[in-house]
Amino acid sequence: MALALDKPGSDGGTETEFAVRLDHVSKSFGRPGKQQLVLDDISLDVAPGEFVTLIGASGCGKSTLLNLTAGLDAASAGTIAVPGGRPALMFQEHALFPWLTAGRNIELALRLRGVPKNERGPEAERLLTLVRLTGAYGKRVHELSGGMRQRVALARALAQDSRLLLMDEPFAALDAITRDVLHEELTRIWNETGVSVLFVTHNVREAVRLAQRVILLSSRPGRIVHEWRVGIDQPRRIEDAEVSALSVEITERLREEIRRHGQQ
Amino acid sequence: MASSETQPGRTGTADLAGLEAGLDALETKEAAERLPVGRILVTKVLPPIVAIGLVLAIWQLVYVAEVQPDYLLPSPLDVGDEFAEMWRQGTLFEYIWTSVSRGILGFLIAVTVGTPLGLVVARVKLVRAAIGPVLTGLQSLPSIAWVPAAIIWFGLTNGTIYAVVLLGAVPSIANGIVSGVDQIPPLYLRAGRMLGARGLTSVRHVLLPAALPGYLAGLKQGWAFSWRSLMAAELIVQSPSLGTGLGQLMEGFRTMQNMSGVLATIILILVVGVAIDLLFFSPLERRVLRSRGLLARVA
Ligand SMILES: Nc1ncnc2c1ncn2[C@@H]1O[C@H](COP(=O)(O)OP(=O)(O)OP(=O)(O)O)[C@@H](O)[C@H]1O
Ligand SMILES: [Mg+2]
Repeated sequence: MALALDKPGSDGGTETEFAVRLDHVSKSFGRPGKQQLVLDDISLDVAPGEFVTLIGASGCGKSTLLNLTAGLDAASAGTIAVPGGRPALMFQEHALFPWLTAGRNIELALRLRGVPKNERGPEAERLLTLVRLTGAYGKRVHELSGGMRQRVALARALAQDSRLLLMDEPFAALDAITRDVLHEELTRIWNETGVSVLFVTHNVREAVRLAQRVILLSSRPGRIVHEWRVGIDQPRRIEDAEVSALSVEITERLREEIRRHGQQ
Repeated sequence: MASSETQPGRTGTADLAGLEAGLDALETKEAAERLPVGRILVTKVLPPIVAIGLVLAIWQLVYVAEVQPDYLLPSPLDVGDEFAEMWRQGTLFEYIWTSVSRGILGFLIAVTVGTPLGLVVARVKLVRAAIGPVLTGLQSLPSIAWVPAAIIWFGLTNGTIYAVVLLGAVPSIANGIVSGVDQIPPLYLRAGRMLGARGLTSVRHVLLPAALPGYLAGLKQGWAFSWRSLMAAELIVQSPSLGTGLGQLMEGFRTMQNMSGVLATIILILVVGVAIDLLFFSPLERRVLRSRGLLARVA
């Protein structure tokens, strides 16, 4: 099932051979002398337009890795290159500003990116239409459902017009049906925009459902253990037999990793 | 970009849109409808009127029972006569306006000083370590304690009155914004950074709006402190050139042993304080909280 897949050809416009490159990146927390190594020697490329998911047990350093890539925190060792400029980050919680309407949240992102005033309104409408929330412009965050909030958050992330989209378990708090719908939306938007995605989750099926490549991270310290190319055609469904089969294989490997910790 | 862009999906686009619309409709909360005016009258307006009526009735009863002589405990009607008298002379609003204009001006100056002060204390570690505790301590210092010092500095002038008001109000406004900033979920600041907000842009688009609820609470308390301090100052700082505010009015009644006048003034002070809160700060605060979904409409 894990067929080798040709990387989707980048159809022009991308100059670099990667959207992000992590080169021997390590990260420790804590005071000198009493340090905890969280990420150990991570090297990883995401190609332009590629969709990569990162899975691993809870606490293995997935969020830390995204924060480093996003520039919210500094690596202890190694280098991170994001040639396309500041990436967009979608948090596990929606992180929308409750003092603004859905539309204004998106407009703020546009404004901070330097989009002229008269273009912001139409652009925000366009992005809301992209996530199928045409009527939600004037809605306050608390008036939206969980799924709608995450879609607005996605639209706000896309408003940054970044070549790289980092997503930290953005659908973890949603019910299965809503998550399913958002998987389809994300795949569609990824197709339409050609953005590169590094998507973190601990849901193996979700990882296989979405990605072209799945990377498994071990815990304490986080190291890249294995990666799978997912050669299943899109559109996929989370209940597809091929998705299930690969998920079983990856889950087995993940369990092995976790068990290894019990034996030490 | 993906390899299989145009392959027909098993879920058609229309299907997906329909499913999504259904989910959205199911999960979106209905906007709560406004209460009818009749119910607002019964639940909000009537209770305080009844409570005030009760207090007046008990007062009248105690008066009739002659627990205290007239000149120590006048009747509600005697106090009412004082209002009527001030009304006839046309001085009632003059007294109120003298105090209220001072209170508002003092409050506005306190906001102008307290806001940047609070922001700096909230954001600069060194400043916070240096004056944070002092600022909190000042809040519990009764502002009347400043009156003697202020008189020595400024004499019997408006300067003394404003100094006392500022010393009372600035700390609580500054502390309001400090706690407002402290309560901001770090997630908002990180989200702001990811969107590219730095420095002053970040203060303007993320920090200030996020801190607004705490700031408003601080402003509300700042007004209460302004008003309180103003009364303390006016009671003591008397001079013909200063005009007659409510504090001076009350002190005048006291020297004439006019208990009805003293009680009438206390009622005025109370009413003005409550009215400004009720007409201005409370609606503002409720609006802000409601627009953020932080205030449930009680059915
Ligand atoms: N700022 C910090 N200071 C100290 N330790 C930290 C810090 N941030 C993360 N850690 C530690 O690093 C490890 C990895 O945390 P991280 O949040 O990256 O995990 P995760 O894989 O995202 O977990 P989850 O799946 O639960 O979100 C944890 O053991 C955590 O305690
Ligand atoms: Mg995490």
